[in-house]
Amino acid sequence: MRAPIWTAVAISIGLIVLLGYFIPPELAQFGFILTLRSLLVGWAVILAGVAALVGALNLFLIHIGRMTASRNPDRYSILLVVFFVLSLGFGLYLSPADPLYQKVVTAIQVPIEASLMAILAITLTFASFRLFQRRKGLMAGVFAVSAVFFILVGSGLLAPLQDLPGIGGVLGFIQRLPVAGGRGILLGIALGSLTAGLRILLGADRPYSG
Amino acid sequence: MIWLESIIGLVLVIFSAGMILVFSLPRLRQARRVNRLIPAVQRLRRAIGLAVEDGTRLHVSIGKSSIFSATNASALVGLSTLERVAQLSLVSDRPLVATSGDGTLSILSQDTLRAAYRIANVPEQYDPDRGRLAGATPMSYIAGTFPVIRDERVSTNILVGNFGPEVGLLADASDQQNAFTLAASDALATQAVLYAVAEETLIGEELFALPAYLQAGPVHQASLRLQDVLRWVVIGLIILAALLSFFGFNLL
Repeated sequence: MRAPIWTAVAISIGLIVLLGYFIPPELAQFGFILTLRSLLVGWAVILAGVAALVGALNLFLIHIGRMTASRNPDRYSILLVVFFVLSLGFGLYLSPADPLYQKVVTAIQVPIEASLMAILAITLTFASFRLFQRRKGLMAGVFAVSAVFFILVGSGLLAPLQDLPGIGGVLGFIQRLPVAGGRGILLGIALGSLTAGLRILLGADRPYSG
Repeated sequence: MIWLESIIGLVLVIFSAGMILVFSLPRLRQARRVNRLIPAVQRLRRAIGLAVEDGTRLHVSIGKSSIFSATNASALVGLSTLERVAQLSLVSDRPLVATSGDGTLSILSQDTLRAAYRIANVPEQYDPDRGRLAGATPMSYIAGTFPVIRDERVSTNILVGNFGPEVGLLADASDQQNAFTLAASDALATQAVLYAVAEETLIGEELFALPAYLQAGPVHQASLRLQDVLRWVVIGLIILAALLSFFGFNLL
């Protein structure tokens, strides 16, 4: 068995945290489990903060390596490293809560992210044109027809028809269809999440080497 | 009511854990059972084989979900998939690269890769730089993953985890490099985007079946069987609730 001690620790902590969710707060005799759960979750949050820092350091070091590579050094990595150091330096000097610092960071980040979203919109438009090249069969047709139909319904173009006898009811039924389909998919995802969590609790999945 | 919810939740967890253990028993495991065919996974297996033969790289991106968030199950599936794909591609000339959009996930991806190499008795081949944090925000994660797809001779991109609709850009970048893409997310809007953009997409709970279809182990197969059982239970309960409601019984 791989890393038996760490597996036992992970299973024990997982069980305590899970049990904490099933114990109502008013049940005083089991209050110590709730206290223990809060303590463990608190530790996990601290660890997550440290992990974010380690991850950022890893990102920085990888780009330093790519920037200084003897074969094909990456010029974009130079930009990343420079702006990483500048953001970190000014963030430490001014503090991340400083209005000027936030204004400068936001003024750079927001337009870039908006540009990427604009590119995504164009990408999706082209992808929808190429959909039938990539996907053959009934499902591609159903996907395309329902996408166009629900864009029409969502845009409000069919709103005047709502008042017509009979048609309003049909439209209302059709508008509920995506919600029902979405809930069906979410139920499947919830069942999948349950089994994924149980595999960790049973020690079958171990995303840690120990 | 809170008591009832707690008891139902606890019973469900104990029942599910028991069923996974029962389905994992060797006698039941050997019972003839054929999983539903998922063409996307078949193509993925072929693409992994071709990448190993060609000496091109595999790229697994496991999303941006924090391990502490409500969507962490998809991240765990991403890590299981990463481990299995790493095992399948150990003999490749170009080792697999993993990207993620969360610090915790990047550390876990490094640890998962290290475990895969250690189990295969080649720990010296492990390179921690192969498990990377591509970016700490959703967009920087996407922007940071572009160079991996473009510059590292990647022939197969596996995008499994929690993504926003922006992951469509990665699927498109992969398409432009003529690389195979299999994408799966637990977010509804993202699934719709990926259906239009990605070469192969897994819809709904197929995401959680991926490790089982990659032969990750008997417990994964058992959990897949449990998912099927629970799905029928949920269908039965929905029909029962609808009938009771139709006949005027108030359930709450």
